Amino acid sequence: MKPPPFTYHAPRDLATALRTLQEVGAGGAGGKVLAGGQSLIPMLNMRLVAPAHLVDINRVAGLGGIGREPGGVRVGALARHAEAERSGAHPLLTRALKLVAHPVIRNRGTVVGSLVHADPAAELPAVLAVLGGSVRVARWQDGAAVERDIPAAAFFTGPMESAVLPGELAVSAWFPSLAPGAGCAFVEVSRRHGDYALAGVCAVVGPAGAARVACVGVGPVPVVVDVSAHAPDWAAAARAVREETEPDDDIHATAAYRRHLVGVLAERALREAAQEAENRGA
Amino acid sequence: MEHEITLVVNGAARRVRVPARRLLSDCLRHDLGLTGTHVGCEHGVCGCCTVLLDGEPVRSCLTFAVTVDGREITTVEGLAGPDGLSPVQRAFAECHGLQCGFCTPGFLCTVTAFLEANPVPTEEEVLEGISGNLCRCTGYQNIVKAVHRAAELMAEEA
Ligand SMILES: Cc1cc2nc3c(=O)[nH]c(=O)nc-3n(C[C@H](O)[C@H](O)[C@H](O)COP(=O)(O)OP(=O)(O)OC[C@H]3O[C@@H](n4cnc5c(N)ncnc54)[C@H](O)[C@@H]3O)c2cc1C
Repeated sequence: MKPPPFTYHAPRDLATALRTLQEVGAGGAGGKVLAGGQSLIPMLNMRLVAPAHLVDINRVAGLGGIGREPGGVRVGALARHAEAERSGAHPLLTRALKLVAHPVIRNRGTVVGSLVHADPAAELPAVLAVLGGSVRVARWQDGAAVERDIPAAAFFTGPMESAVLPGELAVSAWFPSLAPGAGCAFVEVSRRHGDYALAGVCAVVGPAGAARVACVGVGPVPVVVDVSAHAPDWAAAARAVREETEPDDDIHATAAYRRHLVGVLAERALREAAQEAENRGA
Repeated sequence: MEHEITLVVNGAARRVRVPARRLLSDCLRHDLGLTGTHVGCEHGVCGCCTVLLDGEPVRSCLTFAVTVDGREITTVEGLAGPDGLSPVQRAFAECHGLQCGFCTPGFLCTVTAFLEANPVPTEEEVLEGISGNLCRCTGYQNIVKAVHRAAELMAEEA
C-alpha cells in the first residue's frame, strides 16, 4: 500500500496554484489538488487513483479562514474540519462535523475537500445541499484568475463526482444561515462511531412549517426533499422521503434496509429540528 | 525527483532526501530509523501511526513527508522526558492499557494531545477522543482507565 509516484508542486500563492493546475490539468494524465489528504492519500495508497501531478494547496496564502458574513458563513479551502467545528459558526455544520470521521482525521481534513470529494455517504455535501449553499471555484484564464459560484443543486454530479473541472480549484464554500427561528438536526446510523454512515438525514424546519431534508448514503448524490406540504405530520413526510431515495446494496447493508432506515431517520431528524424551532420560538 | 526536507523530530532537526510519494510514516521508520511509529492499515482507520504535528495528532500514513518540511513532529520516542516515562505512558503501564503493544504508540500520541487540550475529560469525551484508534487486545476498558489515570497524574504533577 504505497502511493504511485507523482510530481509534487507546492505553490505559495493563488495565481501560481491556478497556473500550475491549468498547466498540469491540460495534459489529461492529470493533476489533482492535495488539501487535507484524508481521502486522496487513502485512494493513492490503495492505487485507486494515479495522478501525474499533485498540487499541494496547504501553503497557499489566503485560502484559510471561516468568515461569518451577513446571511451565511464562508469557509475557505484550507479550513480544517476541526477548525470549523470549534468555530461553531453554523449550527448545522457543527453538528454534521461531529459525525465526520474521528477527531484526528478532522485535524487535517478540510470542509471544502469533503465537498469536492463528493462521497455519497459524506455528511457535508448534504449540509450544503439542504441549505442551498454554493462552492466558489477559480481557474486561470487569459492571464487572470476567473471565479464562478456553483450552487449545491448543480455541484454534486454523481458518486465521487463534483462539477469542479480539471484545472479548477475550489476556493471556498458558502453555507447560508438558517432562517430566524428555524431548527436543524443531523442523525445517522453507522456500523461504528466515526465510520461513513449507512444512511443519514439532515433536516431544517422553519418556524412557519417550511421543512427540507437532505439524505446521505441512499443515492449517488445527496437526496434533497422538500416536505413542507406534510408539516407537521412527520411520519407522512418520512414516507415521502423514502419514495425519493434509490439506495444500493453493498457489503454493509441491503438496499431495502437502507430505504427503511432513511425513513426512520427522516422522521427523527424532522422531529428534532421541529422541536428546536419550537424552543427557539418559545 | 527527490526533495530535500528538514523535519524537527522530537526536538532535533533531521535533514532527509525523500521522493514526493514518501509517507511520513515510512520516512520516520525507514529514513530516520524511528520504528516506534507503527504502520497498520495505511488508510487512516486504525490509528497506530498517529504522531504529533506541531503538537496536533495526525495520521502519519495520510501525510506526505514533503508536505511537512520545516514542521515539528513528536513520535512515541519523544514522549518521555529526562525524568523517565511521561504521565500518559506511566498510566498505560499502571492500568494495563496495553498487551501486544502494536497500537500503543498511536494511543499514547493521541492521548497526550487529547489531555493537553482537555485536562479533565468526562467519560464520554475520553471515548470520543480515542474513537479513532483500534486495539485488538485490551477490549479498551483499561485504555479508558489509563486516560483518566493519566489525567490524575498530570494534575498531581502540575
Ligand atoms: C478513517 C477515515 C474516516 C472518515 N470518515 C468520514 C466520514 O464519516 N464522513 C465524511 O464525510 N468523511 C470521512 N472521511 C473523509 C474526510 O472527511 C476527508 O477529510 C474529506 O473527505 C476530504 O477532505 P480533504 O481535505 O482531506 O481532501 P483531500 O483528501 O486532500 O482531497 C479529496 C479530493 O478532493 C479534491 N480536492 C480537495 N480540495 C480541493 C479544492 N480546494 N479544490 C479542488 N479539488 C479539491 C482532491 O483533488 C481529491 O480528489 C474519513 C476519512 C478517514 C481517513
